[in-house]
Order: sequence, then structure tokens, then C-alpha cells
Amino acid sequence: MTVSALALRANATFIGSTVGRKVVMAVTGAILIGFVFVHMIGNMQLYLGPEALNHYAVFLRTFLHGAGIWIFRAVMLTAVVLHVWAATTLTLDSWAARPQGYRLWEPKESTYASRTLRWGGVLLALFIVYHLLHFTVGSAHPDFREGDVYHNVVAGFQVWYASAIYIAAMIALGLHLDHGLWSLFQTLGLQHPRYKRYIRLFAHGFALLIVLGNISFPIAVLTGVVK
Amino acid sequence: MNLTLHVWRQQNARTPGRFVTYEAHDISPDMSFLEMLDVVNERLIEGGEDPIAFDHDCREGICGTCGVVVNGRPHGPRERTTACQLHMRSFADGDSITIEPWRAKAFPVLKDLIVDRGALDRIIAAGGFISAPIGSAPDANAIPVRKVLAELSMDAAACIGCGACVAACPNASAMLFTAAKVSHLGLLPQGQPERFDRVRAMVAQMDAEAFGSCTNHEECEAACPKGITVETIGRMNADYVMASLTVGRRAARLGDSGGG
Ligand code: HEM
Ligand code: FES
Repeated sequence: MTVSALALRANATFIGSTVGRKVVMAVTGAILIGFVFVHMIGNMQLYLGPEALNHYAVFLRTFLHGAGIWIFRAVMLTAVVLHVWAATTLTLDSWAARPQGYRLWEPKESTYASRTLRWGGVLLALFIVYHLLHFTVGSAHPDFREGDVYHNVVAGFQVWYASAIYIAAMIALGLHLDHGLWSLFQTLGLQHPRYKRYIRLFAHGFALLIVLGNISFPIAVLTGVVK
Repeated sequence: MNLTLHVWRQQNARTPGRFVTYEAHDISPDMSFLEMLDVVNERLIEGGEDPIAFDHDCREGICGTCGVVVNGRPHGPRERTTACQLHMRSFADGDSITIEPWRAKAFPVLKDLIVDRGALDRIIAAGGFISAPIGSAPDANAIPVRKVLAELSMDAAACIGCGACVAACPNASAMLFTAAKVSHLGLLPQGQPERFDRVRAMVAQMDAEAFGSCTNHEECEAACPKGITVETIGRMNADYVMASLTVGRRAARLGDSGGG
């Protein structure tokens, strides 16, 4: 006996479905996580001195005859746009799904990180704009010198409130990753009760690593370790 | 024991509701939560008032008909316990108890604490079945089933469809329910022929019912009286991705002689 396809609603598409949009969010989230990690490792060259960091910046601008950075930017922009699109539409759908809330509500399994994912995401979006204006475009920088990345970082972080913004944003990123990294495995179905603990631990550890690594830069400048 | 109840009262789906406070005196700690409501209702009826409407049927934790949010927890404070199996000894003398219906757009309140959970039935109708030839019953054990898959399938099949997962979810998502139903058939050999069509059809129906979407808070798992885990959701997602990637695949080209 063969079985015919079950009737499917005409407007049911992968990308329109909740599961499909979550998959989009998880895959783009994974791309962004990969970027965040490589970006931090690259920036560690701040500790090697001006030549190393500025040389690295030249490499980024010239690899693949200068096409590399544009390919990279296109991928990042696509990932961010898709990620924010999926997050926004899913969030609005979820809010609409409970027009009337409870008078009493006692969370049990959800975490601070999971409950702040959405507003953390909005903070990250704002931070990404600020970060680009600060170190890439330079318009939000007090003394921007094209090509002298080392100077731009040091002079930029000597402004205490700029450093404060970075530190706060990295804490937001850490919370986002703490839930997001675990969540992405679950969303993609890459899960098994036996490995759940380890995936959770990995997410905690990775988030902590990113936060500590990245906030070390403004702190090193503010304390004069890097001048 | 004596308790103060704050109960959601609502005449019907069209009128707005409100909380009403009742004093419940001389409640035995051995009563179930629903028996406590029965006693309160008896007194309301004697006083000429409209009794509090709440859903219930088996009262032994297997039918999934009961379900209210008690002090911010679906089915009340005890783990893996339906409201009908919750006893008043879980509360202390003098407690205030707030009782609310499941809250979700897909679950309109019909009266007081009763909501319409037809949306869950429609998700089942969209694909929560297998097609089998009628006729004499097949031999038991004619189809070998791997032991661990039979167990996992039974774990998912323990879902009684009460809707506590939706009520508990900060997003009012029905993914745990849908995933349990997708899982318990998809894990068995009998469920294979329709496995990938089923997951697409059931997710589409779930979305059409205007439930929210999962953000992996795991509140559903904590609230489920049958201990269904979020592993089922991961399994459903993976099946959904596989189904979407392979949909429309043809075994033979049009014009080949294969019959229908
Ligand atoms: C450095 C940048 C970012 C990284 C690395 C990142 C990573 C992730 C990951 C891995 C997830 C989990 C996906 C899943 O549930 O499977 C996630 C979820 C989410 N992200 Fe981001 N994200 C970033 C930026 C943003 C931005 C700019 C927003 C802006 C609105 C945002 C909003 C969200 C929301 C709302 C969710 C959860 C939504 C849901 O599950 O319904 N994220 N993110
Ligand atoms: S009344 Fe049947 S499960 Fe509670």
C-alpha cells in the first residue's frame, strides 16, 4: 500500500513556518558566533604592538586582491539581516500568541539569559551600528586616523564612556550567547540527553571566553597596560 | 484548612472577565484540588450563585481534560501532577491561591477556567495518525521494533494533550505538544511512510492556529504532568528540516511507465 502525501495548507512554506524561521535564526546565529570568535582572536594582536595589529588590518583589506573584505561584509550583512528578520517576526508572533497574560507567574526552568534574549538582541543591534561608526567609519571617534588601527583602538578606549559602552555590550553579548549557543543546537535538533550537559557547559564557557577576551581590550587601555 | 481563592470569572468568550475572591473554609488536606473547587461550588450554588466552571473528566491524571494555572504554575506547584491529582496538603492553612485559565490566543476562554483546546485537536487531525489497511488485526510482533525506540516512542505518547505546555510557555508555543505527537509516531516503523509529510502538515497546522514559537526556555518541560522532554522538539525540528529539504523529490521522471 502506498501512502499519499498528507494535505498541506497552501501557504505553508519552510521560510514562513515558525520552525523554518528558527532554523534561519540558528544558522545565521552560528555564522555570527564564528565571526565573533575569529574577530576576538584577531584583535588579540593588540597585545603584540602597533605593527602586528596594523599589519593584520592591511591583510584584511587586501586579501583576495581586496575582494575578500567585500565578500566577508556581504556574508555578515546577509546573516545579520536574516537573523534580525527572523527574530523580529517570531517575537511579534509570540507576543500576539498571548494577548492576555497571567496575574501570577512563576518561572521555573527559564534562565535570566533566556528571558533577556530579545532585548539583548536589540542592544547588540544598536551596538553593532555604534561599533562600525566608531572603529570602521570613524565618525563616532574623537581622533580617527585611517589605517592606524592601533592608535584608533587606544585613543578610542581612552574615552571612558566608549569603554563603558563596549563592556556593557559584551556582557549583553555574553548573555545572548549563553542561551543562544545552546539554543541553536536544540533548534537544529543536534541534541541528545547524554550530551546536553556538555553542550550547556560549552555554551557557558564560550560565552565567558568571549566576554573576558573582548572586555580585556578596553580594560587594558584604561589601566595603561596598552598605550 | 482555610484558604482565600482569587478565581478568574468570565461569563463567556465575548464578555471580559475579572478576578473574584472567595473564602474556602474547612477544606480537608486530603481533598484533591478539584474536590476543593467542588466544595466551593456547592456552597456557591446553595447561596444562589453561579458555580465556578472548570474542565475535568477522569480525575485520575490520564485524560488531560483538567488544567488551570495555580499560583503561576500550570496544574499547580507539584511536579508531574495534573490539577486533579494535586492534593490540598500541597498548600498551607491560610494560603492565598490564584486560579487562572490557560492563557493563549489559540485557547479562547469559554467560561471562567474553561478554554477551548480545539486547536490541539486540529493539529492531531492534520497528521497525528498512521494509515493502515483495514481487515484482520496484524500479528503482534510481526514488525520488529528496536527496544529503545519503542521506549522513546512511549515516552512521547504519554502526552495527554492537556495544554499545560502552551500555558507555561512564555511564547504560548505548542511545540512540545506537536513534537510529542510527531515523535511518538515518527519513532516507530509503522509511522515511517508518512513521517516527513506528517511533520510538515502538523507544523503548518500549529502555525495556522496562531501559537507562538519556541525560544528554548524549557518551561513546557517543567510544567508537563507527563514529563515529556524538549528532546522531542529537537527531533521534530530535525525531521522538519529533512522533510523540507527532500520534499518534491521524484523517484521516477514524468513519462516513465511506473503506474500510480
Ligand atoms: C553578535 C551578534 C549575534 C550573535 C552571535 C547571535 C547569536 C544568536 C544565536 C546563536 C541564537 C539562537 C538561535 C536559536 O534559537 O536556535 C540567537 C537568537 C536570537 N537572537 Fe541573536 N545573535 C546576534 C545578534 C542579534 C541581534 C543584533 C539581534 C537583534 C534583534 C538578535 C536577536 C535574537 C533573538 C530575539 C533571538 C531569539 C529569538 C527566538 O528564539 O525566537 N540577535 N542569536
Ligand atoms: S481530569 Fe483527567 S487528567 Fe485531570
